[in-house]
Amino acid sequence: MELKTKVSAPDGKQEIIVTRDFDLPVELLFKAHVDPELLGQWMGTKVLKMEGKPHGSYLLETTDDKGKVLFRANGVIHTFIPNSKIIRTFEMENAPIGVQLEVQSFEKLTDNTSRFTGRTIYETVAQRDQVVQFGMEKGVNMAHDRLQAVIGKLK
Amino acid sequence: MKIRRDVFQAIADPTRRAILLLVATQTMTAGAIAANFDTARPTVSKHLAILTECELLQPEQNGREIYYHLNPQKMKEVAEFIEPFRKMWDARFNKLEAMMKNYKPTK
Repeated sequence: MELKTKVSAPDGKQEIIVTRDFDLPVELLFKAHVDPELLGQWMGTKVLKMEGKPHGSYLLETTDDKGKVLFRANGVIHTFIPNSKIIRTFEMENAPIGVQLEVQSFEKLTDNTSRFTGRTIYETVAQRDQVVQFGMEKGVNMAHDRLQAVIGKLK
Repeated sequence: MKIRRDVFQAIADPTRRAILLLVATQTMTAGAIAANFDTARPTVSKHLAILTECELLQPEQNGREIYYHLNPQKMKEVAEFIEPFRKMWDARFNKLEAMMKNYKPTK
């Protein structure tokens, strides 16, 4: 089966580009990215704050069953053009991977299809590689509780 | 007989990934690495040996201490290193698509 999502991390560049075509009108694709409830559902995190406007900010948080914070990220929105473009910063709290700049494009292909292009720019190539290689969640888990969660599973 | 270590096998282990992530930010001694884990010191040493053997880590003797640092060249050779990341986004986007296909705006 062909997978629809494409990811490229060009060698020596500090960016990741994620592309995906959807069988959805661009309006619904965009809505899924900015409506707190919808975004939370497909991202698997809680969206505590989402101000869709220039100078607006957002806050994401994931907790375990006991309410312990596993993941928290926030950022500021610089550009917000409905059904077209979002430019925002992204920073995972307590993770050693710095602040990222995200440029998200939403394109209409036909009335019922659309394309998402997400370009994430890291401070350094090393940070980019770290995120790709270890996954965001793993990095965050580690930073938050010094590997307790991961190591606990081994014993 | 020495077992040939496979790089993918090496990074499939969560503790070893955690070690790589630690060392990615700074060069560390075995003791400093072990201090981050509840696991027994010999277990951590074994993980370090495996990572060194497949050249993901480079040990460097400095006086009495051995410092470990990441070998970025070798990390790059992990050709499919991007695949788990891509799969994660693919799964999320599949969910988004399925969810929005059934989306009914509420007034």
